[in-house]
Amino acid sequence: MVFMAGLDYFVCGSGHWPDVYDNNNNHNLLVCEAKTERSWLCFLVPGVRGGILSILEISNLSLSFGGVKALQDVSFRVPENTITTVIGPNGAGKTSLFNCISGFYKPQQGTIRYQGEVLAGVKPPARAAMGLARTFQNIALFRGMTVLDNIKLGAHVHMKSGLLSSLAYFGAARREEMAVRREVERHIIDFLEIDHIRRQPVASLSYGLQKRVELARALAMRPKVLMLDEPVAGMNREEKEDMARFILDIREEWDVTVLMVEHDMGMVMDISDHIAVLNFGQVITEGLPADVQNNPEVIKAYLGNSDMDSLRKKLNPQREVA
Amino acid sequence: MRIGDAKQTYEADEAIWTSPTQKFWFALFLLALLVFPLMANAYLLYLGCLVGIAVISTTGLNILTGFTGLISLGQAGFMGVGGYTVAWFSLNTGLPFPVTLLLAGLLAAAVGILVGLPSLRVKGLYLAIATLAASVFLHFIFAEWESVTGGMGGLSLEPAHLFGVTFQSDFRMYFIIVPLAVLMVFAARNVFRTRIGRAFIAIRDRDISAEILGIDLLRYKLMSFALSSFYAGVAGGLFAYFYRVVTPESFPLSMSIFYLAAVIVGGMGNLLGGILGAAFMTLIPEILKLLTAALTPFYPNAPVFMSPMLEIIFGALIVGFLIFEPHGLAEIWHRIRRFFSLWPFRN
Repeated sequence: MVFMAGLDYFVCGSGHWPDVYDNNNNHNLLVCEAKTERSWLCFLVPGVRGGILSILEISNLSLSFGGVKALQDVSFRVPENTITTVIGPNGAGKTSLFNCISGFYKPQQGTIRYQGEVLAGVKPPARAAMGLARTFQNIALFRGMTVLDNIKLGAHVHMKSGLLSSLAYFGAARREEMAVRREVERHIIDFLEIDHIRRQPVASLSYGLQKRVELARALAMRPKVLMLDEPVAGMNREEKEDMARFILDIREEWDVTVLMVEHDMGMVMDISDHIAVLNFGQVITEGLPADVQNNPEVIKAYLGNSDMDSLRKKLNPQREVA
Repeated sequence: MRIGDAKQTYEADEAIWTSPTQKFWFALFLLALLVFPLMANAYLLYLGCLVGIAVISTTGLNILTGFTGLISLGQAGFMGVGGYTVAWFSLNTGLPFPVTLLLAGLLAAAVGILVGLPSLRVKGLYLAIATLAASVFLHFIFAEWESVTGGMGGLSLEPAHLFGVTFQSDFRMYFIIVPLAVLMVFAARNVFRTRIGRAFIAIRDRDISAEILGIDLLRYKLMSFALSSFYAGVAGGLFAYFYRVVTPESFPLSMSIFYLAAVIVGGMGNLLGGILGAAFMTLIPEILKLLTAALTPFYPNAPVFMSPMLEIIFGALIVGFLIFEPHGLAEIWHRIRRFFSLWPFRN
């Protein structure tokens, strides 16, 4: 386990839930005691924070494709400098919500406010320039480029060199490229521990490393809100722990708000400050991890209804009549 | 085995030539290009000029099709725009060749932007058809706009000139074409060291995520079209100066396919591949003709059998390369380089 500066104490693992809340006003540290058989561990976890300022505010968002209602009247807010997670069963509309925020889908109703500004009509590249960065569920790296070029591409919106100076690779264009290279090397590649693969084409990397390169590319966009679509899906335990640590460090050191979609409940409960639960395109509930976890609606959405009578009625309504 | 090439600065790490060996071989190559016209006969000189023009045009198409992933069948049309621009300006204004070539490139780029407009909506084969339509349209203009293009008869022009020097021979044209080809390939290489080149590749690999990551698709697709047709326009202008006549038949549709084949055989998205592909496509038919001539003393009937076979052999070679070397000639080159840089180890 690595303890990083800037992050207080954190141990990632699944199966232990925050138990005792000791909410300091300022830094908001949560003292959490492991509930499981590994109760000899006592953790300090960065806890609930933010609260007043929302960097992203989604109100009454509705999106449908023909008859399919992907999102219905979705409202929730992402407090600044938190890790906010959207959870929900498959097909609940989590990725559609991300695509709306990125500007790839245009919702029929509702608004998305980012730093108080309504995003409707802002094109995806402009949103990227405003500080909305994201990773994708099905890794969207550019296979024809090396790791380094993929990451540098993330800095695209913050670069200015035009075609003519690029053709000559002289003066401003060259200086800008070198500045980006320095920034990427010092702050991102070093931080995410991917210096050994920077020359490799991304297609040759393992799944876990590809996810990490995608995170690096998102960081190169100098985000204010970092949207992570299933950052640990398909990873082994060790890779998950690394990724969780990176996400926490990023929030601390880069002063970034993280908005995440994730299915790994252990990780979600461990590192989230705020959780919103989606089911069938609607927000069922939102709140602190512990609250969400014990919410009967959430349990129903994830595990299904245990009431057999109502299920029978649903499957075979005629018998009731007869 | 190449060792000890650790770099102290990022500048050194991102240089085009990263080792003294590479610099040495490249200097030798440049020297060979310089000495070649002094040693070569008229036929080889003619071929050298043709390869130079083909390299410029193929590099342009490679930027568009190989790097940005936009298939275009309009390359001959853009070259035609360049060729006619050079012909018209040299007939009507007598401007020196650097100016006319620049105008040829710029006008072709403008036409390229127009033709590229549908590329935001259509991709792949659909875009190929859209550019094919543009190419037919351009061909129609070349043939019918008689007051400017001279109709089917085309335009004849004076040799290129600069500061009182005229470039009437292949020997002299070689010294315009080849340095320009080297320069333009290097310029293309530079583009792919910067954000613009990365944006092109990103659009090719995953256009939707590229947009979400901050790349304005329309802007960069059109920029790719403009750059590609600028190269085509300059190549077309050189073509006009080289043959000193342009007619609508100088730039047939088969020429577009020729360049597309050069890009694919050489290696899509690889500048070296474009160069090798251009040389291959230009030289192989000539080599096959030479082979036929060499066979004639032994089989007097060789030309009778061989001349219809040439096209078939040429086609078979292309198909063979596609099957056995899908990444193109550039991959063969890289394998050879790897062998020498790793020697005495296998891999």
